[in-house]
Amino acid sequence: MNRYVIIGNGVAAAACIEGIRSTDPAGSIDVVSAERHDVYCRPLISYYLEGKTDLSRMRYRSQDFYDSANCSVHRGRKAVRIRKDAQEIELDDGSVLPYTALCLATGSSPFVPPFEGLDTVENRFSFLTLDDALALEKALTPESRVLIVGAGLIGLKCAEGIRARVAQVTVCDLADRVLSSILDAESAGIVQRHLEEHGIRFCLKDSAVLFEHDRAQTKSGASIPFDVLVLAVGVRANTSLLRDIGGETDRGILVDSCMRTSVCGIWAAGDCAQGYDLSTGTKRVLALLPNAVMQGYTAGVSMAGSSSSFDKGIPMNAIGFFGLHIMTAGVYEGDLYEEKDERSLKRLYTKDDLLKGFILVGRQERAGIYTSMIREKTPLSSLDFEAMRHMATTAAFSSEARRKKFGGVV
Amino acid sequence: MSMKRIYVKEEWCLSCHLCEYNCAFANSGMTDMALALKGKPLYPRIHIEGNESVTYAVSCRHCEDPLCVRCCIAGALFKEDGMIRVNQDKCVGCLTCVLVCPYGALAPNENGVMQKCELCMTNSAGEPACVKGCPNRAIVYEDRG
Repeated sequence: MNRYVIIGNGVAAAACIEGIRSTDPAGSIDVVSAERHDVYCRPLISYYLEGKTDLSRMRYRSQDFYDSANCSVHRGRKAVRIRKDAQEIELDDGSVLPYTALCLATGSSPFVPPFEGLDTVENRFSFLTLDDALALEKALTPESRVLIVGAGLIGLKCAEGIRARVAQVTVCDLADRVLSSILDAESAGIVQRHLEEHGIRFCLKDSAVLFEHDRAQTKSGASIPFDVLVLAVGVRANTSLLRDIGGETDRGILVDSCMRTSVCGIWAAGDCAQGYDLSTGTKRVLALLPNAVMQGYTAGVSMAGSSSSFDKGIPMNAIGFFGLHIMTAGVYEGDLYEEKDERSLKRLYTKDDLLKGFILVGRQERAGIYTSMIREKTPLSSLDFEAMRHMATTAAFSSEARRKKFGGVV
Repeated sequence: MSMKRIYVKEEWCLSCHLCEYNCAFANSGMTDMALALKGKPLYPRIHIEGNESVTYAVSCRHCEDPLCVRCCIAGALFKEDGMIRVNQDKCVGCLTCVLVCPYGALAPNENGVMQKCELCMTNSAGEPACVKGCPNRAIVYEDRG
């Protein structure tokens, strides 16, 4: 009988369990969960603080998920090492779990730069886990002045989530714009103005470098007083378990399209994994929930001995702030088609007869058609692209392509 | 799985948009169509797409391997007996499903929460209202396995 062990208990792990059970109803599954919670929707922690969801609705799966999948969950436990020759892992309480197939779904950890004086700050938080959000919530008062270091996805969602609960939210970042990993300067400008209209203050191109209790000093010498500090500078994939046994790692754990690592009997999935990015043709960490689910499921099926592969990962984001929606996908290179006004923007990038990427701010209608064209590498010459630049529509596809999409079971 | 789904015959579609009205009414929970729809913006779960030469209705394909369900960050979209459903109580309106649906079949309701075609199995119509009301039988409800 197979013995499956999954290290981690986020959505990649949940999908891995489902992948295993789709193929093997009998093998044992052990889940090692550093967090004490059942699997929850991690991207919803800001919605929790905003009051748009609650702990019960944040569950990713039903309460009987682990029981019905016949899993043992080791809560509050960490894996400390893999003994690859013995095919077992050792936990922090000294116990040992043997495996025939192991999945690393260890996620990522906040990256905290060595800021001077950080130790002097009492109210200091990360914003990656539910426990981070619950701890931050306890520290917030209507009088709080909150400083968030990092104007990326995590920092800005945090800012939105707490804005109505505190007196002041300031976001600082070394980058010259918000969401610098997914937006260009112009689209970032629209988003920043929108956030500012909703009371978020920014200090860009000039991040905090020094902390002294309740005061941050920026690179340019400005001083920002605060009561609560949130560090959202970035994350790093948790790769050490595999790296320590000589497995191949880069920014993440390197995996093939079946999510196998370089070490026999070990798979990896989710934010810790570095798999194929179809949009660049290289292996990249795509720390996004959809990617984690696809990778986790693929890993599970593969671990259980069936063939499964996932090679259609691309960077893609749907994110909104105070009612302004942003959607992005792929890479921004090639010829540009653009529509814009003061509050919205659409940019489509085409190259070599392919749609390579897009940025939509304040526009989202039927964006999935564009996304699928990137994922499926649909030749633009096979459709009337001009007719779908203003508004995505399957009417621009050939009648044969449309028959395939709409004529049968897909 | 083998089940009845909604299919369109684009050569028969008149682009009359009645399917959109019938859909919005069936899902309004009201008994009077005029009271439910007149003078209000329409948020149907089916919509007409097309160009000068072709028109057709688009609604959820109830995919075998639904990207929307896999990508939902709130665990709000789910598959039940082959049908893709949404738990609106869990949806936070992030629109990731709109970002990934290859058919452009999904759009949020007036409050920014996702709604979708549930084949009129979860409202009082009991059978797809778009199909029943299509004057030219351009929308059909069939098992094409």
